[in-house]
Amino acid sequence: MKKLIGILSLSLVLLFSLNVYAAKVAVIYDSGGKFDKSFNESAYNAAEKFKADTGHDYMDFEAANNAQIEQGLRKLVDRGANVIVAMGFAMADAVAAVAAESPDVNFTIVDVNWLQGDNLQQIVFKEHEGSFLVGMIAAMKSQTGTVGFVGGMDIPLIRKFHGGYEQGAKYVNPNINVLMNMTGTTPEAWNNPTKGAELTKAQIDKGADVVYQAAGGTGIGVLQAAADAGIFGIGVDANQNYMHPGSVLTSMLKRVDVAVYNAFKTTVDGNYETGVFTLGLAEDGVGWALDEHNESLISDEMKSKVEQAKKDIISGKIVVADASAQ
Amino acid sequence: MEISADIISLVSATLRISTPLVFAAMAGLFAERSGVIDFGLEGKMLAAAFVAASGAHIFGSEWYGLGLAIVCCVALSMLHGFASVTHKGDQVVSCVAINILMIGLTTALAAAWFGQQGLTPTLTDDRRFFEITLPFADAVSGVPLLGPIYSEIISGHYIFVYIAYIFVPCVYWVVFKTRFGLRLRAVGENPSAVDTAGISVELMRYKALAVNGVLVAFAGAYLSTAINANFFREMSAGRGYLALAALIFGKWHPKTALIACLLFGFADALQIRLQGVPIPGIGLIPVQFIQAIPYVLTVVLLAGFVGKAIAPGAIGQPYIKER
Repeated sequence: MKKLIGILSLSLVLLFSLNVYAAKVAVIYDSGGKFDKSFNESAYNAAEKFKADTGHDYMDFEAANNAQIEQGLRKLVDRGANVIVAMGFAMADAVAAVAAESPDVNFTIVDVNWLQGDNLQQIVFKEHEGSFLVGMIAAMKSQTGTVGFVGGMDIPLIRKFHGGYEQGAKYVNPNINVLMNMTGTTPEAWNNPTKGAELTKAQIDKGADVVYQAAGGTGIGVLQAAADAGIFGIGVDANQNYMHPGSVLTSMLKRVDVAVYNAFKTTVDGNYETGVFTLGLAEDGVGWALDEHNESLISDEMKSKVEQAKKDIISGKIVVADASAQ
Repeated sequence: MEISADIISLVSATLRISTPLVFAAMAGLFAERSGVIDFGLEGKMLAAAFVAASGAHIFGSEWYGLGLAIVCCVALSMLHGFASVTHKGDQVVSCVAINILMIGLTTALAAAWFGQQGLTPTLTDDRRFFEITLPFADAVSGVPLLGPIYSEIISGHYIFVYIAYIFVPCVYWVVFKTRFGLRLRAVGENPSAVDTAGISVELMRYKALAVNGVLVAFAGAYLSTAINANFFREMSAGRGYLALAALIFGKWHPKTALIACLLFGFADALQIRLQGVPIPGIGLIPVQFIQAIPYVLTVVLLAGFVGKAIAPGAIGQPYIKER
């Protein structure tokens, strides 16, 4: 028994000493879960890519609910993380608290730009700009003159997606009717695909033939209902075109993966920067997805119009209002 | 007479949304009428959703998925029975244990089997249930009034929807018109009298729990293999609790429990359709108020119209022969 403990402790010492000089990076996912095929999964994929590219391992933690976030952050700090990437606005308070206690650890937080601290890198996206482009595509594809939007939890961030989408749709067709539904007002609204499907059916009954979702796991139900009904769905955050080829018209890309990858990479390379970063079309932080799954759905004319609008937004000719700032 | 498209869509959505509630409420009715509290409907529904989706994916047929979901839910009911009937443990504690266990276990197993935490692979079209168009639905759609009711409201649902509403009169018949039903109710009201008559209280409760497991499995399978094409973690989203509320609301009677389920479904369907629609004379109502409709309706009806709900006499009490 003594021998066994000896071997165990020796191997533990070896294990830790091997890693002691390597930078430790970590990511913490929100209640949508690591495999939500969307926001969190983008981060997971970026972390995996980082691991494949650099050979550095990473640590992660899935917060099953908001109460676990602070605990999860502390655990990662205790395990010696040098940088922790926190996914989502729900983590803001916990990150603020833990960051203040651990000045040697850097924190990157996505979708938050209002915190104070020298060890914080806050990254926000201009989702309204990307949503504007997919709104244009929706309006150009719609036969009925009605398009829909299904949001997850009713928060200013999701209003931002809707605002951009509506502006884009109206830019193409000023008379278009844009329907809007929110799934709920609590975090459970991200996890209810059945409700998402029901909301989509209600919008289809009202004439919508393209539905855009910004609803995390609930959005899986939205895209499924759209595919079942033979109409078009639009994915969000990650490229979701592959989920129902021929039915998912496009996806509004929010390059969370770039943010996560860069946070890890710069930490390892030693050029990590703190501060607030706002990523829009100009920075390639948002965009729209075109791949083999949806290229037959997007005509050349649609493509050129959208690319033109993208240029105009970058140059400032088109100004997309941010609905969350109003 | 024309029926407006809005009403058709509202009624049809009410039937769809209420379906899992009806299954779970009927399941709860069997357990609770026999004197066993079933707070675990939520966990069992979640387990059924997971097993149905993964079973359908692995074995290539939605029916295998449903069958396995039934096996799984009956097993969980038996577990509940083992803890609370055989070993006379606290029934609520046993239910809460099932609920918490299922939230964790479904997510963990999805990770272990499919490499995706909390998500099963999307079912291909040959492995899931689809809406059924009833015979003559197209032919009669031109008939005034009845035509649209048949072709738009009654036809075109998943098979689960029909099964749910057929189950309700069956449950009524079993519980109130058969010897099994009489014994079931007696076990829940006055187990010692049943015991005196020479019938095993424990066996009756186990039988009730078996039926409970079968019924609740349908609710879970409906969520993951019909409406959706995969399991998503915590996808039952409180429907089990809502069904239990409907059961209490409906005073442990199939007919009134059905009405309560339909009412919850209707409130939700209405809430979805009122979002973002200006009300004449009032204007646009903030979404938070609209989303509160189902809860407000429940409180008002519960306080104002339903009256006292009297639970089965022996509910929550393990039966002990000799005191």
